[in-house]
Amino acid sequence: MSIDTNTIVAPKGLTALANPTRFLALVKMLVPWLAVITVVLFGIGLWMGFSVADDYQQGRTVRIMFVHVPAVWLAMGAYMTMVSGALGVLVWRHPLADVAARAAAPLGAGFTFLGLVTGSIWGRPMWGTWWVWDARLTSFLVLLIIYLGLMALWNSIEEPAKSARMAAVVVLVGAINIPIIKFSVEWFTTLHQSASVTRLGAPTMSAEFLYPLLIMGLAFLFLFLTLHLMAMRNEILRRQIRSLQRRAAREVLK
Amino acid sequence: MIALLKRDIRLALRSGGGAATALLFYLAVVVAMPFAVGPNQELLSTIGGATLWIGALLAGLLGLERLFQADFDDGSLDQMMMSPVPLAGQVFVKCAAHWLVTGLPLTLVVPVFGIFLGMDSITIQAAMATLLVGTPAISFIGALGAAVTVSLPRGGLLLSVLVLPLCIPILIFGVGAIRAAVTEPDPFLPPFLLVSAISLFFAVLGPLAAAFALRQGMD
Amino acid sequence: MKVVAENLSVVRGEDLIFSDLSFDVSKGKALIVRGPNGAGKSTLLRAIAGLLPIEGGQIKVEDAAPEFGDARLAELCHYLGPDNAMKSSMSVEENLQFWQEFAGQPHFDIDEALDMVGLGGLEAIPFGHLSTGQRRRISIARLLVSYRPIWLLDEPTSGLDTASEIQFAGLMQAHLDDEGIIIAATHIPLGLKGVTEFVFGESGSEHE
Repeated sequence: MSIDTNTIVAPKGLTALANPTRFLALVKMLVPWLAVITVVLFGIGLWMGFSVADDYQQGRTVRIMFVHVPAVWLAMGAYMTMVSGALGVLVWRHPLADVAARAAAPLGAGFTFLGLVTGSIWGRPMWGTWWVWDARLTSFLVLLIIYLGLMALWNSIEEPAKSARMAAVVVLVGAINIPIIKFSVEWFTTLHQSASVTRLGAPTMSAEFLYPLLIMGLAFLFLFLTLHLMAMRNEILRRQIRSLQRRAAREVLK
Repeated sequence: MIALLKRDIRLALRSGGGAATALLFYLAVVVAMPFAVGPNQELLSTIGGATLWIGALLAGLLGLERLFQADFDDGSLDQMMMSPVPLAGQVFVKCAAHWLVTGLPLTLVVPVFGIFLGMDSITIQAAMATLLVGTPAISFIGALGAAVTVSLPRGGLLLSVLVLPLCIPILIFGVGAIRAAVTEPDPFLPPFLLVSAISLFFAVLGPLAAAFALRQGMD
Repeated sequence: MKVVAENLSVVRGEDLIFSDLSFDVSKGKALIVRGPNGAGKSTLLRAIAGLLPIEGGQIKVEDAAPEFGDARLAELCHYLGPDNAMKSSMSVEENLQFWQEFAGQPHFDIDEALDMVGLGGLEAIPFGHLSTGQRRRISIARLLVSYRPIWLLDEPTSGLDTASEIQFAGLMQAHLDDEGIIIAATHIPLGLKGVTEFVFGESGSEHE
C-alpha cells in the first residue's frame, strides 16, 4: 500500500498525438504554414470576389455572399468539430478531444455571429430590413445561443475532466436537437432563398460566382484550422499552468 | 419508484417547495403582459396563446434548478445512485413528479388566465391541449440542464441558457397549433402531433442524458 | 461473503488519491480506515459504494449468499456519508419511511429503529427541527430500517456525544455479530471485536 499524493496522473497515451507535448510541437510547426496558406487564399478569394461582374438581380451586394456563405459553413463545421470532440471525450476518452471541442466553441460562436451580421447587411438591400424572422436566420440565432450557453458551461465547471463530460453530453443532445430546431423554424416561416450550392444535382449558381465562393470557403476553412490549433494550444497551456498551481498549492500544505 | 414520486410531490407541495411559486410566477407573467402591450382586447387575444406558452416555459424552468440540486446537497443523490433501479428511471420519475406539480397545474389554470387575456373557448381548449402534451418536454429537457449544472452555485441561470434554445421547437409548434386551431385553413393536428412527438422523444433522451451527466458529475 | 479490493487506484479530478490498494474484509469483520485529512478515506468509501469511477484494479464481493443473486457491490451496501440524506421539511417518520420503501428489504420497523438510536417518540418531528447529533442518529436509523450486509460509514460519529457513540458502537457490533461487514473511516476508537485497522499514509502499515 503506497500513497503518493504528489503524482499528477498523466493522460493515457492512445496515439502519438495524445501526448500534449508532441501535439504542441506539431502545432508550432504547422501554424506558420497554415497562416500563410490562409493569407494567400484570402488574397486570391477576395481579389476574385471583387473582380466578378455584378449580379443582374442583386447588383454589387452579391459580393457579401463571399463572406457570408463561408462563415455559415464554418459555423456549422465548428459544431461538427465539437460533436466529434464530444464523441472523443465520451467514447474514446481521448485527452485532446475536450480541448478540441472546447477550442471550437468560441470560434463557432464567432463564425455564427459573422454569418448573422453579414446576413443582416445583405438582407438590408435585399429585403429592405436588417432582420427578418426567416428560417435560417432564426436557426442561426438559436445556434449562437447554444454556442454561448456551452461556453458558459465550460467556464463554470472548473475541473477540466468534469466540464469535458458535462459539455459533451449537452453538445450531443444539442446536435440531435439541431435538425428538430431547423425543421421547426422552417415550419415557423420561410422567406429566405433556398440553398443554391448544396442543392442536389448541378449547382444553379454560375461558375463566375462559384469559384470565388469556393476559394473563400477554403480560406475560411484554413482560418478556422489555424485559429483552432492556436486555441487548442492556449487551452493546453492553461491546463498545464493550472496543474502547476495545484501542485504548488499542495507543496505549501505540506 | 412510487416512493420517490410520492416524496418529490410531497416536498414540492410543502411550503417552500416551489410548486405554488411557479403558479404565482405564471400569474405574474400573464398579468404583466397587458401592461406591456396595452389593454387592447383584440391584440391581447391574438397573442394570448403565445403569452400562456412563454409563461409556462419560464415557470417550468423556475423550479428545475432544484430538481437534483437538493438531493445532491443533502446526500440523497448518492443513495439514489447506489440503488438497483437504473438512474435514468429515477430521473424519469423525478421529471414526472416535477411535471405533476408544475406543468399540469399550469395547464389546468389556463381557462382562468385565458379569460384575463380575452381568449375565446376554442383557443383556450387548444392552449390547454398543447400545454398538456408540451409541458412534459420542458421537464425532460430541463432534467439534462439540471443534471449538468447540479454542483454549480448559481446553476439556474446557466440551466435556462442551455435549455431555452432546446425548447424552441416546442414553443413554435405549441403556439402554432393554438393559432392553427382558430385560423381556418391551417390544420390543428400536425403541429399538435409534432409537440407530442417531441415530448415523447425527450421523455426517453432527456432522462438517459441526465442520468449519464449525473454519474459523470460525481466526485 | 467477503469484500475484496485488488490493486485499487482512484483518481479524483486530476489527482491520484491512492493507488495499488488491496484488502479484504470477510463477514463479521470490520475494517477501520484511518489517516490524516485528505489521505483518501472518504474517497475509498465512495469508490466502494460505486460513487467514484475506479481508475485501476477492482473491488468486488465474493461468496455472496444466494439470496443476493448477482447484485452489484453498491446494491449490497449502506453508505452513510458526511450528509444525512434527509429532507428537513419532512418528518422523521416520513424520511425513514421513504428510505425504507426506496431501499427495499425492510429490516427493523421505524419505531424500533428509532428506539435503537435512542430517539423513540420523535417520529412526527420535522427533521429540520432536530439538533446536529439527533440528525446523525436519524441517519444511523436509516441503516437499520432496510437490510444491507455491508455498511460503509464515513465519520459515522461526527456530531455524536459520548453516550451516543457507545450506543452506536453497540449497533455496529450487533451488525457484525449478524455476519455483516463494516468498512468505516473514523478517528474514534469504537471498541469493536474482529477489527482490522488500516492506516493511510504509512506504507505497509496494515496491522491487526
